[in-house]
Amino acid sequence: MAAPLTLLLIVAVTIRAVLFRSSLAELISARVEVVSPLNAWKRVVEGLALLDLGVSPYSGDVFHETPLMIYLFHFTVDYAEIVFIVSAYFFRKQKYALESDRYSADCLELLRSPKEMFYIPLKVAMFYLLNPFTILSCVAKSTCGLNNAIIALFIFCTLKGSALLSGILLALATYQSIYPLTLFAPALLFFLQRLYIPVNLRRSSFWFFTLQYAFMYVGSLVVITGLSFFLLGSWDFIPSVYGFIFSVPDLTPNIGLFWYFFAEMFEHFRLFFSCVFQINVFFYTIPLSIKLKEHPVFLIFMQIAIISIFKSYPTVGDVALYMAFLPAWSHLYRFLRNIFLVSCVLLACSALFPVLWHLWIYAGSANSNFYYAITLLFNFGQVKVFTTTWLTNCEWKNRWRNKVSLFINLY
Amino acid sequence: MLILSSLLLFILTTHSEALTPAAARDEFQEELVIRPLHSGDIYASFQFRTLWDTDFLQEGQKVSHYRLFPKSLGQVLSKFSVRELHISFTQGFWRTMQWGQPFIPSPPGAELWVWFHDTVSDVDGNWKELTNVLSGIFCASLNFIDLTNTVQPSASFKPLGLGNATDHRFLRYATLPREIVCTENLTPWKKLLPCGSKAGLAVLMKSEKLFHSSFHSQAVHIRPICQDEQCSSKAWELRQTLNVVFDLHTSGQGKKEWSLFKMFSRTLTEACPLASSSKVYVDITDNPELFELSPATPLLGQAVVLGDRRTYSVYDLSRAETFGQLRSFNLLLRDMLRPLLHAERYVAGFGLQTGEIHTVIYNNHPYRAFPVLLMDSVPWYLQLYIHTLTVTSKSRDNKPSYIHYQPAKDRHRPHLLEMLIQLPPHSMTEVTVQFERALLKWTEYTPDPNHGFYVGSSVVSALVPSMVAMRTNFTQDQPLFSSFVPVKEESSYFVRVYTEPLLVNLPTPDFSMPYNVICLTCTVVAVGYGSFYNLLTRTFQVDEPSPPLSKRLANLIRRMRGVPLLT
Repeated sequence: MAAPLTLLLIVAVTIRAVLFRSSLAELISARVEVVSPLNAWKRVVEGLALLDLGVSPYSGDVFHETPLMIYLFHFTVDYAEIVFIVSAYFFRKQKYALESDRYSADCLELLRSPKEMFYIPLKVAMFYLLNPFTILSCVAKSTCGLNNAIIALFIFCTLKGSALLSGILLALATYQSIYPLTLFAPALLFFLQRLYIPVNLRRSSFWFFTLQYAFMYVGSLVVITGLSFFLLGSWDFIPSVYGFIFSVPDLTPNIGLFWYFFAEMFEHFRLFFSCVFQINVFFYTIPLSIKLKEHPVFLIFMQIAIISIFKSYPTVGDVALYMAFLPAWSHLYRFLRNIFLVSCVLLACSALFPVLWHLWIYAGSANSNFYYAITLLFNFGQVKVFTTTWLTNCEWKNRWRNKVSLFINLY
Repeated sequence: MLILSSLLLFILTTHSEALTPAAARDEFQEELVIRPLHSGDIYASFQFRTLWDTDFLQEGQKVSHYRLFPKSLGQVLSKFSVRELHISFTQGFWRTMQWGQPFIPSPPGAELWVWFHDTVSDVDGNWKELTNVLSGIFCASLNFIDLTNTVQPSASFKPLGLGNATDHRFLRYATLPREIVCTENLTPWKKLLPCGSKAGLAVLMKSEKLFHSSFHSQAVHIRPICQDEQCSSKAWELRQTLNVVFDLHTSGQGKKEWSLFKMFSRTLTEACPLASSSKVYVDITDNPELFELSPATPLLGQAVVLGDRRTYSVYDLSRAETFGQLRSFNLLLRDMLRPLLHAERYVAGFGLQTGEIHTVIYNNHPYRAFPVLLMDSVPWYLQLYIHTLTVTSKSRDNKPSYIHYQPAKDRHRPHLLEMLIQLPPHSMTEVTVQFERALLKWTEYTPDPNHGFYVGSSVVSALVPSMVAMRTNFTQDQPLFSSFVPVKEESSYFVRVYTEPLLVNLPTPDFSMPYNVICLTCTVVAVGYGSFYNLLTRTFQVDEPSPPLSKRLANLIRRMRGVPLLT
């Protein structure tokens, strides 16, 4: 296991190093699909330059990173690559931990063989490290990679069973961009499942653990926020970072649905639609938690997918994050409907993004509608990917349950 | 035997002078006169003069030795017994009121006038053949000259060379005002020169610049002249002249600065080796207020031209030091008006995503450096990246000593950048900063969004060293125009220079689409919502397939019999 993984790591690091040193690095850092106003490296450098000039980075509208990021990059400049590799390493670790949860039964056609299971962590690592989206995101030095690493570490700590670390890391992820707040529910469900506490609203043990976990999470969040306040001496970063995420003032085109919508909206409805779009990300948490309470890991995957699609400034780095999870459900591959069509749609859209951008911005022969159309199609494809995964997961569970009951009946 | 051969040799050598003809004394001179005109245009006049030393008045002598004189013209002269030939091709009209008098005047179109020898019997026949031959030589349509447009002026066109003929039956004059001059006419004209267009002043004659002018005229004048004062020997003189006037505004940038390179897109590298003299004259009679000349030359000449005594700076191209170290001679006439402080601004880059603002500040003081304060106010929708700010003077980094930067807040306030830059003497300082263009909401665009958005002028404020000491005390009788800015110091005066405003294009959304966009985006969100709702509320049931007919019948019979059913 170690040898193929080491080989994979070497290949991934080589690809990134080669691209870093080539002239493509400049080109990729400027692409709107890869960087957004929230996580562009150019803006981090600009924020640091403003700090050097003695002006608060949050006084303008260029810098939207959290204060801890400023201080991280003050000292380390462009070795975030290593963090991404580390995050991928942790990806595979947590997948390995996942497998120990499974039942092994005679239903061979529905389950994977132990041999297959052995290779899943490697596949996950491969899916993440060699995914072109991740490579592009890394070469562009987008801070999305760091956010992904924090989320991966959080998942790892959750699966390992360490509630305190998981709470701290979740607080850090929420501090970076508000959306990982929705991952509180699946993490909680996972811990409850692990500690054999039934999810029953009348049981006191449930409430006890929930309060513990919530306290750890909220406490770390408060500490981190307070630390940021003392680092820069003002609360400026709150409207600049969180206000920016929620109110979407910057309409730079990206691969999401928000930019054109807000560019073309009637002013009267602006507040209404901003609220609708933000609620859309958060309100699937409760129903999904109720439905998938026995499968918290799948719930984590669903939540991350929802965040990646419906967040205000998505980039391909976010897409790569949930795509890395797909090999964990390799037992579903046989049952996935329309997977060929959906993957073709996603590939075609990824290829068309730069073409139509060039036609609009540089050649002047297309207009914004072309790029917007591809955005719509890409997001539609993404929605189809994870709804298909969910659907086949439900079907598989159903079949498996029926087969197991049949098995029990026979004996 | 030996004595006989040596005697023969002796006789041959003594009579050798009688056998060999006299050494040809052909001569070629070339000159270029440059005269800046009052309107800012510049007038350049080339003259190439070939002297052909041959006794032409003797009848029946076949001339076959051509050295510098072109053979085609020599044959024309002898075949048609031409005494004087003047032909000119002109594009444009000479504007006397604006440009003064030309050295050699010519009408627009083609003009041809010829004096034939009085020995010619059929002048009209010769004239017809001559025009056809000339049209072949010059690639012009001179064959349109016939009796319908030929005249015999009685008094206007007297011979310009030797000869006292007054019989105007031997003169023919014709013009073709419709004739167009182009490269096709210039090329054979250049071929008549001894050096062609390969060396000397003729290398400057490239058609892409010559025809991009207000006035262009090329002419050939052939006449017999005396070679000395006593007129002991005569020679043919061939003068090829080319007059051209370059327009200030169509030759780029409107800056009153002329150079050989700007006029002809070439510089001079050597004189024609066959030329006995090769000179460039620049008319400096109206100087020193009008322009400065570089490289400087000590040679001066004076000439009386058109009733006016004018002074010329002379450059002798036969001397190697004229060409300098770079072996190329590029004459520069620069306008004397040089303000001490000057600033320009422009946007660089392509596409609608990014760009760069360049501000260029010129310090034209020859030896003093002084600081300037540059203020830039850029609207919020062009996001400036201050870490890309570079200030370079003379291709070296020049760090400003004071920077005040207030970044913009979207839809609230613009960027403000103020810098104190020290300008080195006689230099150009360039300030560059990169920006990104934002996509605005559709209601924030003007009704003509593709016109672009304006960025206000930069302001450069400075205390410029003064040449003259000024009075700091206030006096009542000062005129209004000199008392606007209060004078605080004696040695410098306050000046504020505004640069050009910029016009920047921003990417635009499609303005016809608000309703469509809302519908389509909400459709995609609804697809997601619908799938979620479906999967959240769906329950799975195992559907037993219905047994086949035979089994059902068997089960029916079994039930009737009371026996356990088939599964």
